[in-house]
Parts: sequence; structure tokens; C-alpha cells
Amino acid sequence: MNRMELQKRIFAYSAVIPVVLIFAFLRVVPIFQNFLYSFFNSTVVDPMQEFIGIENYKELFKDNLFLLSLKNTTLFALFVTVFSVGLALLVAVLLATKTALGGLFETLYFLPVITPMVPVAVVWKWIYDPTYGLLNYCLSLFGIKPLGWLVYPDLAIWAIIIMSVWKVIGYNMIIFLVGIRDIPDSYIEAATIDGGNKFQVFRFIILPLLRPILLFVTIISTINAYNVFTQVFIMTSGPQGAPGNAVRTLVFDIYENAFRYFKTGYAASEAVVLFLIVLLLTLVQLRTGGKER
Amino acid sequence: MIRKTFFLAFKYLILSLGASIMVLPFLWMASTAVKPPTEVLSWPPEFLPRHITLENFHTVFATAPFLRFFFNSVAMATLCTLSVLLTSAIAGYVFAKFRFPGRNALFILVLATAMVPFETYMIPLYISMVKLSLVNTFIGLIAPYIIMSYGIFFMRQNVLASIPDEIIDASRIDGASEWSIFFRVIFPMLKGSVGALSIFAFMQTWAAFIWPLIITSSRELWTMELGLGMFQYRFTVDLGPINAGSMLSIVPILGVFLLMRRHIIKGITLTGLKG
Repeated sequence: MNRMELQKRIFAYSAVIPVVLIFAFLRVVPIFQNFLYSFFNSTVVDPMQEFIGIENYKELFKDNLFLLSLKNTTLFALFVTVFSVGLALLVAVLLATKTALGGLFETLYFLPVITPMVPVAVVWKWIYDPTYGLLNYCLSLFGIKPLGWLVYPDLAIWAIIIMSVWKVIGYNMIIFLVGIRDIPDSYIEAATIDGGNKFQVFRFIILPLLRPILLFVTIISTINAYNVFTQVFIMTSGPQGAPGNAVRTLVFDIYENAFRYFKTGYAASEAVVLFLIVLLLTLVQLRTGGKER
Repeated sequence: MIRKTFFLAFKYLILSLGASIMVLPFLWMASTAVKPPTEVLSWPPEFLPRHITLENFHTVFATAPFLRFFFNSVAMATLCTLSVLLTSAIAGYVFAKFRFPGRNALFILVLATAMVPFETYMIPLYISMVKLSLVNTFIGLIAPYIIMSYGIFFMRQNVLASIPDEIIDASRIDGASEWSIFFRVIFPMLKGSVGALSIFAFMQTWAAFIWPLIITSSRELWTMELGLGMFQYRFTVDLGPINAGSMLSIVPILGVFLLMRRHIIKGITLTGLKG
């Protein structure tokens, strides 16, 4: 190795190693520690107090609060994804041909995406207010009696789903827009000349070509939805929020067990379950995404 | 022709309806923020305030140190953005242009962590912070956000796409050291992608919630988001001030967004940046 090669290598290592070490400390090590701690009876001060094997996991599946969280989160992820992907696709198709107002619409739909979650959760909580809320007022115009949106457990999860769909539609829409605009005009023209109507063009040209992107967006939405926390924390806490366990989600349950009851090992085992769900979704994405290309 | 006009009208009807639902909560927030308390709780609700007042903003600053929260958020987001830019650019450049044993393994390691949600390993991270006595400190608060896996990936892609080997070799022949090549030649060439990444990193750090919630206990360290969350938790009945506080936390981000809309949207779509 000549001098220049040596210098290059010294530079490469001295530049990359500090960064990798920070990664190791802040990401890689904690990811592995989380697995480790999940097999221990532990506290914050002593995360490996007593090795208990898979006891935490056994207890998990007898724990009604955990099972409720898992159910709620899955329902939440399912509906947020279905609605946000479906509606975003509709908006993207309508916005695909560039028009004078197109840019304005893109901006408006994208506003909730870039806004931080806390302030928008605060205002949605106010919109959902049972006595003075804007939503109940709008519904009253159609003769619907006031509903306790965040008060009734069955309704509260829908209230949070609606708000979360509102928050993410713009992101999905932007990705779809890029995908649709990448489709060569000639394909669509050819289909139109052959007598295809707008719906047929969408069904037989746009949709098949958009499949990889559709899959990507669906998986990303599902993964993000599984990590839901902030809006649940804001909207279900305080005097007007939902009662305790109504919209308990996985991360909320992890948060409570680890940082309110200090059952860190137990909470770590819940985090492992979340990890496995996300891993599974990622593998599906990599698998099928690879095939499409 | 009639069919076409009808379709166009229908399209704009749907788009406008959707867009108004997107914007309505923001307008409602703004309207509530400037209403006097007597008007906030009125039935039927009135969309526009009859009297405009800044009283709610006074209340916000009087009941909670929002200026402090704001300063904390700005400091945290700025520092983290700088750190993400620097680490991502250096590592992205090295992963793109240098060959050395272990390179692929290290790159895959960095990339793989991008897929893992923060919430799945925040407990051990918190425990490490306890051991290092970094709980309830500014360093502990910003630590998780000083690096970004996607940032490295993104910079690597950009170096591969926009920096030819010839430029680096030419600088070497001129006798420049590797570090000065990076800072004087490469970094300036990455301007566009640095812009996209910095906006993204800034917004992501600004919006952080669960980590500030668990790592801080004293108000002096609260960020805008956490302060607002705690404030609404304790004073839920005072809707005017809460919405005024929300406005304060949204305005800087909305301002940046409206000014640099094209950049931001492009940055997000090009990279699919997340996490």
C-alpha cells in the first residue's frame, strides 16, 4: 500500500468510526439490551436484577391491559392505513394533471404532515369537545345529538383514527403523486385512444404501475401507526380526555409500565412484541418490494 | 363537452371539500386563540371572533415559561440538525467513496437501525442515561437526535450521484489533505441535499415528544411540544390560552414550510425520509 492509499484509509476510519460508535451507543446496543432486559425482572437502577426466562412473555399474554393495547393498536393501524391510503390515492389521482390550483391544493393537504403532533392534537381535542365542540355543532345541523367523542371508549378510538388519518393523508398523497406523474403520458394516451374511460385508465394502467409504491406506502403507514403515542397521550389525558384504558395503545402501555410503574423488564418484553410486528412488516416490504422490481 | 365540464366541477368540489377539512382545524385554532374567554365557550360556536384580543397570549406567558420552552426547542433542533448534517455528510461521503475492510458491514449496521422504531429501545437508552447521570440534562434530552440513519443513507446516495471521483483525485494531486478535501470541496458541493436534510432533521427534532417526556422532569428543560402537552394537561378548561400556545408552537414550522415548500416536499419525496 502506498502512502496515498494509507492516508485514505486512515481518513476513512477516523471519519467513520466516531459516527459508528455513536450509532452503537444510541441505537445498536439499546436494541440488543432491550431483548436482554425482557428476560429479566428489572428496575431502572438494576435492569438485570433477576433472570426469569420467558416469565415476562408468559405474563404478557395473560395481561388484559396488554392484550387490549395490542387489539386497539392493531385496529388503529388497520383503519388509519386503509383510510389514509385510500383517500390519499383519490386525491393524488385528482391532482395528477398539473393545473393552476394544483400547487395550492398540494400545500393545503400537506399542512398537517409538517405540523408537530402536539398542537394539532390539542385543537382536535377541542373540536371533539362534547359540550362546545365544533364537530358536535356541525353534526347538530344534521339533527345528530351531541356525542362524547373522547369520552365513550368505543367512540374515542374512532376519534383518534379520524384525526390521525387527517394528519398523514398529505404524506401518502405526495408519494402517490410522484408515482403517478412518473407514468409516461404515452401509456395513458394510448389507453384513452383505445376508448378507455377515466376509471378504466385508473384501474388498468395507473393502479398496476403504482403497485410497488402502493405497497411501500401501505407498509410505512402501518409501521408508523403501530407506534402511535403522542396524540393518544394528549387526547386521552386531562379532564376532557377518554377514561384510562379506552384507547390504550402499545406504546402507551410500554410507557406506563416502564416509566410510571417502573416494570422495565416487563415493558421491554412488550417492546420486543412491537419490534417483531415492525420487523415482520419490514420483511414483507423487502420481500414483495424486491419482487416487483 | 358537458361531461367533461361536469367531471371537472366534481373534481374541484371533492378537492375543495377535502382541503377545507385539512385547513379547518388550523383556522379554528387561530380563531380560538384570539377570542376573549366569554366567546370561546359559546353555543352555537361562532367561527369568527367578534372581538380580537391578545389576552390569551399574555395568559400563556404568565402561567408557563413558554419563552423558555421555545428557546429550548430552538436550541435542541438547531444543535441536532447541525450534528445530523455533519455526521451524515462525513459518513455518507466515506461510505460512498472509500474502500476499506468492514465498510459494507458497518453501512448495513447503520442502515438496519433505521428500520427499528425508537419506541422499541427507549427503555435501555433511558437506563444508559440514568447510569451516565444524564437524566434531566440538556445532553440527555438531545442525545437520540444527534444522528440519523437515513441521513447517512441519503448523503451517500447524493455523493454517489453528484460527485465524480475525478474531482477528489484532482484535489489529492494538488496536495490537499483528506479532511480539507471533505470540508473545502465535497461539503460545498452537497449544498442542495444538505438543505433538504437540515429542514427534515429540524422538523423531526422539533416534533419530538415521548423522549422529552421521559427524560426531563424539570420545567427548565421542557421543549415547546412537551410544555404545551403538559400545559393542556393541567389547564384543560382554559381553551383560549391552550390554543394560543398551540399557535406559538406551529407558527415557526409553518413559516419555514410556506417559505420553502418546494424544497421540503421535494426532499421528502426524493428520499421517503422517515424516522
